[in-house]
Amino acid sequence: MDIAIIVGLDIISGIASLLLISAGLAVIFGMMKIINLAHGEFLMLGAYTTVLSVSAGVNIWLAMLVISPVVVGLFGVIVERCLIQFLYGRLVDTMLATWGLSLVIVGATTMIFGNTIVGVASPLGGFSVGQYQTSLYTPFLAVMAILLMVLIWAVMRFTRAGLIARAVMQNPEMAATLGVNPAKVYMATFGAGAAISGLAGGLLAPVAGIVPTMGAAYIAKAFITVVGGGTSILWGLISASGLFGFINQIAAFLTTPVFGEVILFISAVILIRLLPLGISGKFFKGRL
Amino acid sequence: MSISRRSFLRNSAAGGVALAAPSLIANVARAADGPIKLGSLHDLSGPLAATGEPMVYATQLAVKEINESGGLLGREIELINYDTQSNIQLYSQFAQQLAVRDKVDVVHGGITSASREAIRPIFNRFRTMYFYNTLYEGGVCDRNTFNFGTTPAQTVEKLVPYAMDLWGKKVYIIAADYNYGQITAKWMRKYVEDNGGEVLSTDFFPLDVTNFGPSISRIQAAKPDMLLSAMVGGNHTAFYRQWVAAGLKDEIPIASTTFGLVNEPATLEAAESNGVLGSYGYFEELQTPASKAFVDAIKAEHGDKTPYINEPAAATYEAVHLWAKGVAIAGTADRMPVIEALETGLSFDGPSGNVLIDPITHHVTRNAYLAEVKDKAWNVLETFPDQQPLDTAAVCDLKANPNDTTHYEIDI
Repeated sequence: MDIAIIVGLDIISGIASLLLISAGLAVIFGMMKIINLAHGEFLMLGAYTTVLSVSAGVNIWLAMLVISPVVVGLFGVIVERCLIQFLYGRLVDTMLATWGLSLVIVGATTMIFGNTIVGVASPLGGFSVGQYQTSLYTPFLAVMAILLMVLIWAVMRFTRAGLIARAVMQNPEMAATLGVNPAKVYMATFGAGAAISGLAGGLLAPVAGIVPTMGAAYIAKAFITVVGGGTSILWGLISASGLFGFINQIAAFLTTPVFGEVILFISAVILIRLLPLGISGKFFKGRL
Repeated sequence: MSISRRSFLRNSAAGGVALAAPSLIANVARAADGPIKLGSLHDLSGPLAATGEPMVYATQLAVKEINESGGLLGREIELINYDTQSNIQLYSQFAQQLAVRDKVDVVHGGITSASREAIRPIFNRFRTMYFYNTLYEGGVCDRNTFNFGTTPAQTVEKLVPYAMDLWGKKVYIIAADYNYGQITAKWMRKYVEDNGGEVLSTDFFPLDVTNFGPSISRIQAAKPDMLLSAMVGGNHTAFYRQWVAAGLKDEIPIASTTFGLVNEPATLEAAESNGVLGSYGYFEELQTPASKAFVDAIKAEHGDKTPYINEPAAATYEAVHLWAKGVAIAGTADRMPVIEALETGLSFDGPSGNVLIDPITHHVTRNAYLAEVKDKAWNVLETFPDQQPLDTAAVCDLKANPNDTTHYEIDI
């Protein structure tokens, strides 16, 4: 019984971390149809921001939940103004440009902070389930993932900004004729996506090995989650994270970590073969 | 006269050789009075840079010391270093460049076993002497290659019984999923069983795993007395964080053959790393005069930001000095005379103590140390003097088979 609870918590933690690392990418891809290959580096910058803030004496919660998203969000806006805005509608060019950007960010971070691993200690302790122990940070990550989803949903559903964003997402030309400036919407969206990535990076900082190249370990999973989910930001993200997180964690527990990864990627390949438009292309058509 | 394609090719090839010959001769003549060239292949960027950086510093220090004391055979040593960027493809490319274009007399370098196996055949093909100075799984048997790092018989053999005496007989092994981790895990299993223990399970982790939750649950379900870890690289550091976050650090202790190679004691919190046991051929904290002088010289040059000076750095320093000793005795930097000079069993007193070349295996007999992490630094608990590379010696005899170039996977 205890082991079932522990494995259940592992699965929840797997789903929550997939949701967190993919959300920023999903927002940018879903709304702007831009494939941001520097996504992993945005996560890394979020983690570094948290680590540097904490070592400068800032409270860890403030660093993770406020400073990281704000800093990376602003960075995203700068990137959009200096690089992305010239490349709208040119999918391959944006991929190349953001990939180049990722190399620049890794190089610059290495030059400034060096290659050694940095980190912060987990702010929450552990707790026991029967004879097993696990980290309080796991349920905390799950709560944060749920809050983030609710927040995205509420903003998109109930605010004027969300309405405009959805309009631009569905039909940019029509929205433009109605007086919306798509350029501004895109800038804000890219900034928001970057801020969400920054938040995710900050939240992962206490449980990750933080080096300039850490983005590479996350980006593949973020991509298969977003592609597997399809264009619907929220439902695509939730369904794909749920499916892949469950498969990955249960396989890693029952077999070995090696097969956990292998089974995850095989199931992603099968999913894309069966549902080329992702889960939301089939089941949540037209929803957020 | 008709010129067939074949005879045309033959003639132009001959002409090419004739044209090239004078420049070949000129090269040889120049090499004799020019500097002796030492090539170096180390990762200065990418995930392995934290290991590569101090190795390059150690190479530079050794070269500087030799040059300042009048050079080698009256000639300067010129250091040619390439940053391999933690990329195996660049290892092959730069190895060819060092051998063919730069025509170096010797190469020191390579960090992972995968990088070594990429460049070792290249140096064999181009007859360039090669020194591999990182601790590794053992078994390289190659007359052209000298291995200065420790192998499992020198360190793991000490670590496992020490930890089992402290903590108990039931062991769970976790290791990185490539040749180093796979082979080291086999050695761990052997030494656990030799000491009357039991291995409950062995888990391998690809280098990009970041979420260790399910594995931590598996380990708890198995209820071991201790963990043996050969985890590698930045992502795997997250294992120790998640382990501590789950509150398991005081429940199940850890001994590791890799902890500290990328500076983990300094970058993890003291609470996350206190009590971890490790065993290497060198620790920066060693208080012998030679060790202190070595560390001070590197820190004086590179300041406070110097990464942890680990076994590979000390071994590199010792390897460069021993190679120089071989050149001085041979009276030339040419490959075979230097190899033969080194095979007379030369030794050197370096920062880690006395280092003695074993002519049979081209490995070294050196001290091993066992230490415990305490407040972000290593606290050296035990010294095991003059440990021989017995694992490789079981499979390798370069006296009997001088043409062997195999990397033996030692049957355990």
